[in-house]
Amino acid sequence: MNYWPLLGIAVVMIGFVLRYNAVLVVISAALVTGLCALMPPVQLLSAIGESFLKTRSLPVILLLPLAIIGLLERHGLKQQAQRFIAGVKGATVGRLLSIYLLAREGSAALGLTSLGGHPQMVRPLVAPMAEALAERQHPGLTQQVRDKVKAMAAATDNIGLFFGEDIFVAFGAIVLMHTFLRESGIETDPMHIALWGIPTAIAAFLIHAIRLRRLDHYLATEQARLAKAAQPETECN
Amino acid sequence: MLTLTHLYWLVGAIMALVAVLTLLDAQHPRRFRSGLFWLSYGAIFIVGDYLPTAVVGALVLGMALLAGLGGLAAGPYQALPDQLQRVSLERLGKKLFVPALAIPGFTLLLVLIMGQFPALHWFDPKNLTLLSLGVACVLAFAIACYLTRESPRQGGLEAKRLLEAIGWAFLLPHLLATLGLVFNQAGVGQIIAALSHDYLQLDSRLAAVAAYALAMAGFTVIMGNAFAAFPVITAGLGIPLLIQQHDANPAVMAAIGMFCGYCGTLLTPMAANFNIVPVALLGLKDQHAVIKAQAPTALILLAVNIVLLDQLAFL
Repeated sequence: MNYWPLLGIAVVMIGFVLRYNAVLVVISAALVTGLCALMPPVQLLSAIGESFLKTRSLPVILLLPLAIIGLLERHGLKQQAQRFIAGVKGATVGRLLSIYLLAREGSAALGLTSLGGHPQMVRPLVAPMAEALAERQHPGLTQQVRDKVKAMAAATDNIGLFFGEDIFVAFGAIVLMHTFLRESGIETDPMHIALWGIPTAIAAFLIHAIRLRRLDHYLATEQARLAKAAQPETECN
Repeated sequence: MLTLTHLYWLVGAIMALVAVLTLLDAQHPRRFRSGLFWLSYGAIFIVGDYLPTAVVGALVLGMALLAGLGGLAAGPYQALPDQLQRVSLERLGKKLFVPALAIPGFTLLLVLIMGQFPALHWFDPKNLTLLSLGVACVLAFAIACYLTRESPRQGGLEAKRLLEAIGWAFLLPHLLATLGLVFNQAGVGQIIAALSHDYLQLDSRLAAVAAYALAMAGFTVIMGNAFAAFPVITAGLGIPLLIQQHDANPAVMAAIGMFCGYCGTLLTPMAANFNIVPVALLGLKDQHAVIKAQAPTALILLAVNIVLLDQLAFL
């Protein structure tokens, strides 16, 4: 057996560790893998072109909402989202993101995976709302904490999506598992695969919700620490 | 009947529009390189099916070099003056949410309606969700233009602004998916399966469970996609070790094994559309900010998954 194609994986790992531009790393890995598998150059280009054509649906989801979101942002969508959430009493970053997590995971479990997403929900609505609440809980937010809250908004979208969609029986992953096992001579019921995903889906929700509560706690202690640090100064004045 | 091809034409047309807007912009710092990039991408969407695949591959190589070597940059953008934005915000208020919520709203509605009446043959049933999303975006775009009183051309400028903010990260998910298929053609999966089959002999049940779970997560970290890892790791470890040797329930093994892969997805820059694109979209300083936010959840959940697999698969 020719083990050399594994060199492509090594290129990816080394490239990411050394933080080279990811696009260059990935295209190099594709070239190295193909050459190590002894594909002639034209056939390799063909393989890359064919694969690229087959996966064209990927950028579609990212691209299509942009014009709409851009227009709305131009007219103050972020400000409106922040104004809206400021009017909700008792809202905190942790509570907002927990509710979003529940909604995202729940709707994905019903097969509605396109109800969220980074370009259409997180950037224009969820992240600005979380940022506004963090600002309210912790005035004088540093850029670092601000970025942490925004990253958490994106992370919450991913976690809700991943661990919700897989318990929807018609989802591609279930079909993939069922078909693969059948080809290997093992019969399973797709419904059972979906059902056995539920314990993990619940665990994912609980773990992440607890972490979101701790984010609130972190913002509160950070705020208290800053207030304490500022106090002696005001006394001196 | 509406098919993916029509959706690809729409996407290609938007990319071509972005290319033209870039090439017409004399002040753009990377006018020709950015323009060429979007022109190539648009061409692949519109006429890609008619080109020899080697030509498409050459275009992809060129685009990767343009994007990877700093050929994509943000051009000048005329934001709405503060005062006008305030007037517009007062006038529109909560109505601004309407087009944003119309995207998921219409998608949902179309999926439900077209799913109920497949006999209409309006949408290709194989790609119902994606096509519904496409039509929903067109409708939402019309509503957005109407409400904000902007021209479709301004919409194009906004798409260009956001694409420029995302930069090279826009190409990355697509390129990674391509790499996954090239790995397949080169037989990387079979090699890994053969290696793990030859060198991993695990007699203890818990060790076998942990090896399968960690291999699913680990190989997903490398491939960036749990779907790519599942066949390889399940053939190499899951079926011989867990099912044949320890008599695991295949449905439980598959369900929880795939979730172990998802824990890996949360940890890897290779899953660019989930972990790197949002960093660009939200303008975060740290390239790995989203991965860092996810890592504790992913690692705790991976441990929980090992326990669940050990407890539930052998009932």
